[in-house]
Amino acid sequence: MRTLGMGQAINEALREEMRRDEKVFLAGEGVGVGLHGDDPFFPTYGLLDEFGRKRVKDTPVSEAAIAGLAVGAAATGLRPVVEILFFPFITIAMDQIVNHAAKLRYLSGGKSSFPLVVRTMSGAGFAAGTQHSHNLEAWLAHTPGLKVLMPATPKDAKGLLKSAIRDDDPVIFIEDMLLYYVQGEVPEGEYTIPLGQAEVKRPGEDITVVTWSKTLGTVLAAAARLNQEGISLEVVDLRTLVPLDKRLILESVAKTGRLMVVHEACLTGGFGGEVAAVVAEEGFAHLKAPIKRVAGKDIPVPFSPPLERFSIPQEEDVVLAARTMMCH
Amino acid sequence: MALESGMLRDMLRTMVLIRRFEDKLTELSTFKGEFPGLALLCTGQEAVAVGACAALKKDDLIISNHRSHGHLIAKGADPKPLMAEIYGKRTGYCKGKSGTLHIAVPEIGAPCTTTVVGGGIPIAVGCAFSAQYRGTNQVTLCFFGDGAANEGSFHEAINLASVWRLPVVFLCENNCYAAAQHLRDQFNIDNISARATGYGVPGVSVDGNDVEAVYEAASAAVARAREGEGPSLIEARTYRWRGHFEAMDHQLYQPEAERDAWKRRCPIQRLKRQLLNAGALTEEVFGQMEAWARDKVEAAVEYARKSPVPEPREALEDMYAST
Repeated sequence: MRTLGMGQAINEALREEMRRDEKVFLAGEGVGVGLHGDDPFFPTYGLLDEFGRKRVKDTPVSEAAIAGLAVGAAATGLRPVVEILFFPFITIAMDQIVNHAAKLRYLSGGKSSFPLVVRTMSGAGFAAGTQHSHNLEAWLAHTPGLKVLMPATPKDAKGLLKSAIRDDDPVIFIEDMLLYYVQGEVPEGEYTIPLGQAEVKRPGEDITVVTWSKTLGTVLAAAARLNQEGISLEVVDLRTLVPLDKRLILESVAKTGRLMVVHEACLTGGFGGEVAAVVAEEGFAHLKAPIKRVAGKDIPVPFSPPLERFSIPQEEDVVLAARTMMCH
Repeated sequence: MALESGMLRDMLRTMVLIRRFEDKLTELSTFKGEFPGLALLCTGQEAVAVGACAALKKDDLIISNHRSHGHLIAKGADPKPLMAEIYGKRTGYCKGKSGTLHIAVPEIGAPCTTTVVGGGIPIAVGCAFSAQYRGTNQVTLCFFGDGAANEGSFHEAINLASVWRLPVVFLCENNCYAAAQHLRDQFNIDNISARATGYGVPGVSVDGNDVEAVYEAASAAVARAREGEGPSLIEARTYRWRGHFEAMDHQLYQPEAERDAWKRRCPIQRLKRQLLNAGALTEEVFGQMEAWARDKVEAAVEYARKSPVPEPREALEDMYAST
C-alpha cells in the first residue's frame, strides 16, 4: 500500500470532497497563497491552483471573522472548511465556535444546522513555544454541540476529514504538524471513517492505553519495548474525542483490567480526566489497578528543547507508568 | 526639523547593529543546527524601531511582537542575553522559555512581547492606563504589523485608548506582508493610518525607511500622549527583506523585482549617504560602526554558544508568583 504524510492525506481529503460537492469551500490565513505553498507535505498544497479563488479564500489575520464566516455560511447552504493556523489562536475565534457554532442549532429548536469544519494544527516538539504549541482539545470537548476529531495517522486523517466535511454538525478537526512528516499507509480509492469510533491500534492483554494524536507514536514505541519485558499494552487510539467511543474503551478495560491515558496536553483539566472518569464510573468492577494518566506538565510549553521535551510525555514516562501499574 | 548629526550618527550605529544581528541569524539559520526553532527577522525595517525608540525616554514602555529583535535592541537590549534566548539557553532574557517569539525584557521597558497577532495592542493600552492611573507620565509605544490592524483587538484597543485619552502610541509597522498575504489581499484602503479617524485619533503615514521621518512622527505622538491628549496612530511603511521566518520560507510570494526595489531604499544606506553628503560622516567612521557591530554580534553569538542549556526541571519554575 502507498504511504503518505498526514498533510498529504488531508490534502487528498480536501481535494476529493471539494470535487464531490461544490458547496465545500476553504477559508483561512494562507490556505491559498501560503508560506508553505511549495511544500507538498502541507494540507493546502495546490488547492488554489485546482479550485480557484472563489473556493479557496485567503483571509486577513482575523480569526474571529473567519469563524463567524463559517457559522453564517454554514447556516445558509454552504459547507465551510475554515482553518485556524495554530491551535492557540483558536482562542480568538472561541466566541463564534462556542457561543454560536455549538449552540445555535439547539437554540433554534433544531431548525438550523451548521455543517462546518474548523481545522487547526498544534502539537509541541518543533521549538515554536507556547503560543504556537498548546493542545486545547479539552476546551472544545467541553463544549456540547461540537464534535471533536484528533487523528493520529494519515489514513485516519483522510477518512475522518471526509466524514467531517459530510457531517451536518460543527466539527473541530485537530492536526499535528510533526505528523505531517510521518508516513503511514493510505488506501487508494474512496473511503471514509465514521466519527465516534476509536480503534485498537495494537491489541494486548495487560493494560489498556487510551491515547490520541502524536502520543500514539510514543505509546506504540513504549509498547514495543514493554513487550520484551512481558508487559502487553492494548493501545486504543480515540481518533474522535466527542462523541466518545465508550463502548470500545470499556470492552478493552474489561479485558485488561487496567487503564492508562496518555495525552500531550497538560494533565490538569485534560481530556484524560474525562476518559478516566467514564471508566471509573462505568467500568469500576473490572479495574485491578488505579487509573493512571501520563500527560503534559502543567506549564506553558517552553521553547528550549530540553525544557520542551520535559514538558510533554516521552516513551520513558509511559514505560515507567506501565511497570508501576503492573505491580497491582 | 533637521536632527542634530550626533543623534543621527547614533541612530545609524543602532541600525547597523540591528542589521548585523539579523544578518548573522540568517547565516546561522536553523538548517545548520545552530539554534532551535525559527528566527523572525526585521532585516530592512531597522529605521522603524530606531526612529520610534529614539523618541522615547528610558522609562517609557514598548510592546513588541513576533519580530522583536530590532525593537528590543533599539530600546536598549543587550545582544548577549537576546542571542542566548534565541539559542534557548539559561542565560537568555527569558531563561530559554520563550525563544525568539515572545521575549520580555521588563528591565529595559519592554514588559510584554507576544506572538499572537494583535495580542499586544490591548496590553499596551493597559500599560498606558496604568501610567495614567499612577500619574507617572510614562508613554507606551505599541509596535504591531499590518496584519494586526485586521484583528478585532486592534479596533477595540484603539477605541478604548481614545475614549479614555490614554498615553499610548500605536505604531503600525507596515512591511507589505502578513506572512504570505500581500496588503492588497488584506485591505480595501490605501493607508492604514486612515483608520485612526474612525476612532477620533490622529493618524499619519510615514516612510518607514526614513529614520528621521519615523522619529518626527513618533516624537509628536509621544508629546501628545505625555501632555494628556490621548493616543495617536502612526503607519510606518517599510518592507521585509527576508521571509516571514528564517529559513523554511522560500518567499515565493514576494516578487524578486519588488524586493530589489525596496532594497534600493535601504534605511541604512539612505542615512549613510545623507550624512556623508552633509559632511557629518566619513566612510572610515562608518567602517568603524560596522566593525563595532560585527564585534558585538560575534560576542553575543559566542556568549550564546557557551551558555548552558537549562536543566529540564527548570521548566517547572516561574509558573506562579505565589502559591
